[in-house]
Amino acid sequence: MSEFIPHTPQDQRQMLQTIGLSSIEELFSDIPQQILQRYRPLGLEPESELEVARHLRALAKKNANPDENICFIGGGIYDHYLPSVIDYFLQRGEFLTAYTPYQPEISQGTLTVLFEYQTMVAELTGMDVANASLYDGSTALAEAMLLARRVSGRSKFLMAQSLNPNYQAVLRTYAWAADLELITVPLDRNGQLDRSFLRQRLNSNDDIGGLLMQTPNFWGLIEDLSGLKELLGPALLCVSVNPIAAGLLEPPGACGADIVTGEGQVLGNAPNFGGPLLGLFACHKSYLRQLPGHVVGRTVDLDERTGYVMTLQAREQHIRRERATSNICTNQTLLALASTIYLASLGRQGLRRVAELCAQKAHYLAERIAALPGYALRWSGAPFFNEFAITTPVAPQTLLDHLRRRGILGGLSLEPYGDGQTLLIAVTERRSRAELDAYLQALKELKA
Amino acid sequence: MSAKSGQTIFDLGRPGRYALSLPELDVSARPIETLIPKRLLRQEAPRLPEVSQVELVRHYTRLATKNYGVDSGIYPLGSCTMKYNPRINEQLARLPGFAGAHPLQGEALSQGSLELLYRLGRWLSVIAGLDETTLQPAAGAHSELTGMMLIRRYFEAQGQQEQRRLILLPDSAHGTNPSSAHLAGFEVQEVSSDERGMVDPVALARQVDERVAGIMLTVPNTLGIFESDILEVSEIIHRAGGFVYCDGANLNSIVGRARPGDFGADIVHFNLHKTFGTPHGSGGPGAGGIAVEKRLVPYLPVPLVVRREDGQYALDYQRPQSIGRLQAFYGNFAVLVRAYAYIRMLGDAGLREVSGGAVLGANYLKERLKKIYRLPYDRLCKHEFVLSGAGLAPEVHTLDIAKRLIDYGIHPPTIYFPLIVHEALMIEPTETSSLEELDEFVEAMSQIAKEAQESPELLQEAPHHTPVRRLDDVRAARHPVTVWPAG
Repeated sequence: MSEFIPHTPQDQRQMLQTIGLSSIEELFSDIPQQILQRYRPLGLEPESELEVARHLRALAKKNANPDENICFIGGGIYDHYLPSVIDYFLQRGEFLTAYTPYQPEISQGTLTVLFEYQTMVAELTGMDVANASLYDGSTALAEAMLLARRVSGRSKFLMAQSLNPNYQAVLRTYAWAADLELITVPLDRNGQLDRSFLRQRLNSNDDIGGLLMQTPNFWGLIEDLSGLKELLGPALLCVSVNPIAAGLLEPPGACGADIVTGEGQVLGNAPNFGGPLLGLFACHKSYLRQLPGHVVGRTVDLDERTGYVMTLQAREQHIRRERATSNICTNQTLLALASTIYLASLGRQGLRRVAELCAQKAHYLAERIAALPGYALRWSGAPFFNEFAITTPVAPQTLLDHLRRRGILGGLSLEPYGDGQTLLIAVTERRSRAELDAYLQALKELKA
Repeated sequence: MSAKSGQTIFDLGRPGRYALSLPELDVSARPIETLIPKRLLRQEAPRLPEVSQVELVRHYTRLATKNYGVDSGIYPLGSCTMKYNPRINEQLARLPGFAGAHPLQGEALSQGSLELLYRLGRWLSVIAGLDETTLQPAAGAHSELTGMMLIRRYFEAQGQQEQRRLILLPDSAHGTNPSSAHLAGFEVQEVSSDERGMVDPVALARQVDERVAGIMLTVPNTLGIFESDILEVSEIIHRAGGFVYCDGANLNSIVGRARPGDFGADIVHFNLHKTFGTPHGSGGPGAGGIAVEKRLVPYLPVPLVVRREDGQYALDYQRPQSIGRLQAFYGNFAVLVRAYAYIRMLGDAGLREVSGGAVLGANYLKERLKKIYRLPYDRLCKHEFVLSGAGLAPEVHTLDIAKRLIDYGIHPPTIYFPLIVHEALMIEPTETSSLEELDEFVEAMSQIAKEAQESPELLQEAPHHTPVRRLDDVRAARHPVTVWPAG
């Protein structure tokens, strides 16, 4: 008898008797015999908690140990500090083991948190409204494209080449399925969105539904959003952001963005080998009824007390079925909780402080690496936030292997992304000066 | 100590407070405007809360106590499989080697993660009775979308994309099914359930033609009934050249005993947060995954986790026919760690006990409750069954029964779904519920049935003892307030 199943043999007998059967097997007599006979087991003996823990510890040790490997890898996932209060609340059973808050009277905890979360996402992005989360930053941008298609009725979309390549891949998958065409906007000579291409394309073509872009972009460069909405006209400006950078940078909402999405992993969630993640989604209030996924709203109860409910559900799949704004049902609520607590912990000044620490330390390292012989900033004509590309005198993989021997995960080689001899390096507030100097020292040793 | 109703973190605190101290800058500080041009910088700090750590902890503690989870008590929410989530899995998912793993740190430094994903994928292929599994989808609906894309890509490769436009689904299907099929570019057509609550093969055969790309079937279905004609149904679809997509939302009731591949499914999706005991997290993260048969393997999302001949695990991107990526990385890894540990702890014997216990509990409840409530489809059920709340008393609805259950300290069942049952109450106790809890549930339901006749206002005004009473949904939707400050 498994420790997770409380039925004793006596209980089983009593229940079977009530049902009028004599064995558990008879409960499955409605399944055709030939199906049951084809069954093949996994060949797994049950293991105790102790044994499973031992096995998983051994498996986890086959990965790099994060305590012995200083992480300078970014590319969409960043190694930020996780305040201790977050995990305490993530492990509270009332949050951890509840389902989607369909019964609001016994879900005010989750619903209040999601209302706070929506408020914070709207605030960071400079938009009017936000939803209660999507799967990740890439699918959030795909949902932005689908929203833009619904409201514009147009099926061609401009996609920035400076967008994270994995996001581009996700957009291509969704665009194919939705019969949409993606047109790539190339980089200009500074590694940013090529405005002259954009201008030309928009002039020659009035059936563009929107522009899908990212800031800071894949190379860490901050895109200047000013004037973009004017160029786009009725086409929707959809911008994917890093919400940590939002502590420092003018939000896209202030620059006329229609939809702002982003990856919320950085807001208090562990890297977890790339999942689960947190898709941020905010937009102008005129698209409120077009939002994908759950939305929480404030209302009152029978006694006029304030409370929260999931609202505008007529958009969603359980009501609207094939005409729903999205097929999403389960989203990423627990990560939204983590992010809400993260932002509440940092507070008004703290988020800016974290963003400044990231930016200052990244610039410290970038300038010193670029000053080494043979190294240079890949793009020197555009500002960056906490991630930068460096051209290297040796193959990036050689360099990464060398750094790794010194306990440093030195960044992301951009060779597989078509940018040879280039390394993408991310720096967060977790990196101490000693770690930054160790990185520099290791590069110097490589030369020697 | 009671806080104001509806209070948010924004209503607390004072300017200048904060809940987390940060290290001082340890490199030479430069004016920020010299790093980033001033016109790109925020004019003012974002309006975030300013609270002390103790205010923060008390606020979220208060909120936690307003929630109800599986840890709080019986949670017979039909179709959601709200089973116990083993605590050890929380520890294991947080092992530094897993939680701290960067998805781009390279295969050589990720062998533990990749091995886990590979093994879990192999197990799920066996559990499905199919050939290959991807764990990239983030949840059930995301899996459905992936499956529909695979079917579409297959027919494109066959040059039949113009012809195979139609996905069939029963009228008892989850809303995500038609929505996912539509998102992948298909037209959807409903198949009516017969008086048994199942797909009628004879009627289906008349509906099927060369336009059909596939059928989406939840097995057992949302009435909790195993489609006893499933072999015939699969054959009809296969003969017409279509695929059988099995929505695995209800896999908990057959795991360890029957495999979808053995009844004709070509694609099965998993909700690991249902069948394999990972926590629902108040609505996510879940984890998806789909197992497919041979013909569909070339189209699976990239990358696919593979084991090379030298025993090393790797991410295979050399898949030219793939539909592409479905999310930024490799799936909801931390959730998959929990599912992996769960399967290991249970083993074959435990998985069989899971379905046995889930089906035993559901049938026990059904037998006892059908004496009190109307049971429109009275047959052997699997993990769940659907009662109707209609006819208890005039002016008493299923919603009232659900809300009254809350007063008894019980999480209500799923209500008003499936759509084919009037005033539906969809009840899934899972193997987690003990006999005592099941009896308490019957007792509460029976009291409520009495109250419905004797004092219906007790139901109509329920719940009575919750932090808030019934909330005004209409007002929320007509005058949406979705961010603070309200109004």
